[in-house]
Amino acid sequence: MHYGTDLAATEIIDYPAAPEQVRQQFSSNIAYVYDGSFEGLLCCVYESYYQKELPSAIFSYDQAQETLFPAKEIATNRTSAQKVLESIGRKISREALKLVRACYFSEKKDREIMILEFLRLGYKIGSAVTNMLSHDTVRAVTKTALTVQRESHYHVEFLRFSEYDGVMVAIIEPKNFVLPMMYAHFCDRFPSEQFLIYDKSHKHAFIYQNGEKSLIPLEHLELPKLSAKEEKYHELWKRFYDTIAIEGRINHKLRMNNMPKRYWTHMTEFQ
Amino acid sequence: MPPPDGEQIDTYREEQEMDVLEKLTILSDAAKYDVACTSSGVDRGGAPGSIGNAYASGICHSFSADGRCISLLKVLLSNSCVYDCSYCVNRKSNDVGRATFEPHELADLMIQFYKRNYIEGLFLSSAVVRNPDYTCEQMIEVLSLIRNTYRFRGYIHVKAIPGADEKLLTALGLLADRMSINLELPSNESLKLLAPDKSRESILEPMRKITTGIHENRTDLVKYRHTPKFVPAGQSTQMIVGASPETDYHIINLSAALYKKYELKRVFYSAYMPVLAGRNLPALETKPQLLREHRLYQADWLLRFYKFEAAELLDEKKPNFNLLIDPKCNWALNHYDNFPVEVNKAPYETLLRVPGLGVLSVQKIVKARRMGVLDFIDLKKMGVVLKRAQYFITCKGKTILGIPNNPESVLRGLLSERSWELAQAPMDQISLFDHSKSTREDLVKCITGQI
Repeated sequence: MHYGTDLAATEIIDYPAAPEQVRQQFSSNIAYVYDGSFEGLLCCVYESYYQKELPSAIFSYDQAQETLFPAKEIATNRTSAQKVLESIGRKISREALKLVRACYFSEKKDREIMILEFLRLGYKIGSAVTNMLSHDTVRAVTKTALTVQRESHYHVEFLRFSEYDGVMVAIIEPKNFVLPMMYAHFCDRFPSEQFLIYDKSHKHAFIYQNGEKSLIPLEHLELPKLSAKEEKYHELWKRFYDTIAIEGRINHKLRMNNMPKRYWTHMTEFQ
Repeated sequence: MPPPDGEQIDTYREEQEMDVLEKLTILSDAAKYDVACTSSGVDRGGAPGSIGNAYASGICHSFSADGRCISLLKVLLSNSCVYDCSYCVNRKSNDVGRATFEPHELADLMIQFYKRNYIEGLFLSSAVVRNPDYTCEQMIEVLSLIRNTYRFRGYIHVKAIPGADEKLLTALGLLADRMSINLELPSNESLKLLAPDKSRESILEPMRKITTGIHENRTDLVKYRHTPKFVPAGQSTQMIVGASPETDYHIINLSAALYKKYELKRVFYSAYMPVLAGRNLPALETKPQLLREHRLYQADWLLRFYKFEAAELLDEKKPNFNLLIDPKCNWALNHYDNFPVEVNKAPYETLLRVPGLGVLSVQKIVKARRMGVLDFIDLKKMGVVLKRAQYFITCKGKTILGIPNNPESVLRGLLSERSWELAQAPMDQISLFDHSKSTREDLVKCITGQI
């Protein structure tokens, strides 16, 4: 059989380009180093696009240097970041931007390079890129984004506040940095409350006070003893939780499927 | 409140002195057999100076030891009932602790739970205290405290009290998001036998009123933008399965009619839990028909999201679901000449009818096939589960190698070894309740986790 270089074959190679092929065209032996912020990452995209180079790795300053390639420092610049941000919405789609944001908050090791490859593909294909569900890069981005969105939603469900002197405090221990994705939910829900959500694994706290929002790094959070009144509400909730189960239908496996055990640590009903 | 007379005084005093913890224990215990705990159907953002919001998709906040979702604070306002329904734990003649919440107690408890992110809102029901109108008034008081004093914008599901004045029901509906009336049992005969104080009419009549209420309110809304909405998340109902002899065919037809005629948002099924001994009731050692309940929910999903008609799923000759396989598989095997279907060409509606393909998978397929021809590897990459679907689809005109092409062998492939042996035996020998013989997947899902 003859597999000549007919037109059909070249078309297939040209579209949709697999990451390896892109790499062959643009790949350079350079690693990008950026400040770890979302804007910084967008600047990496900017640099890669205008220099027509595909870095072999992208690191943030605080990550250990694991590459032998020469590192190129990418300065964070609001204007370029803004340009890239707008171009994603305009040239690809808002859905793509949502995926990229969620991916950025994941703890996946090579998330930066994954996002870059996805965006390059997106600029080429346009809004349909999010439909290419069997494409390796698109699949990786969609899957990572889904994991993060799911974890964020789990925290919206299972996070528990306790009152300390008029301030509602919750502690979470997420795998991914989901706090920036979920606080808006609570601000909308409790506009007149004062609350604090502390992410123990990423050492960050979100504080909402008199309508002011702030997300700050926080090394350690020391909480006072619960008040008697608060203890009472904990007791009431635990009692409700235990009473509402129907003995004849006990199904621990189902409960664990619906509510993975790692969330139980900070839930009032299991304390 | 007029002072209660005679021997009632003692129980009244006891209830007054009871603390909130005791009341909560009694009144949540009495409410737990109500299945519905969804907080879905209405989108409402927060607002300055108020508390709460609601999401159309609903949010679960915990799962109890039976694996069911806890979304709402599910309690009765009171369990001191004047009725004597034989299947009900709260019947007058039953010897259980009685309690009644003060409206302010319950309102405060609910708001405090909500602030701590324990719950999405309230599911309020009640036994009939004194008379239906009085009970309804008490419930209105609780809801108006929550809505007007605490300015709560979250979710409220309320049980309509059959027999209460129409005006009171309307007032209740304007404060709630969803209203429900339990059908209790699937037929009038069973109702007569087990709930002599209720009749089909006394339940369907208020149900019809809620439907009209929703319609009238809809036309009102056109005229005045600020008309308060009457049960914006619609109404639902619940029936007990396994306490009376109705077939699955009867039940599914009833549900289909309720969805169509009364525009219900949900029908819930509850496997009968033998908590009481009664002359007309199944014996106390009867196990709840959890797997049957699971099959009914699956069929219910087929009616609502997969565009199936009740008559397609069952008929009078085969009035019950095959407990070994799900209703969609069952349908597909009985209509095997419609299969296999080509993934790249079949219309959306046809793909929806393929066993093992859910709404999400079908949406993914339709999206992805615009970008290129799909084969089985693509499907797997996209996360489409082929376990059941592989028997009913082709990609580029081909099935997976070695896939059988007759319903007999497909059934064999779908079932585990043991279930297959059982399927060979005459049906009447299979115990409906022997869980070890069904597929693992069904067992895990079996208990209304998807509600």
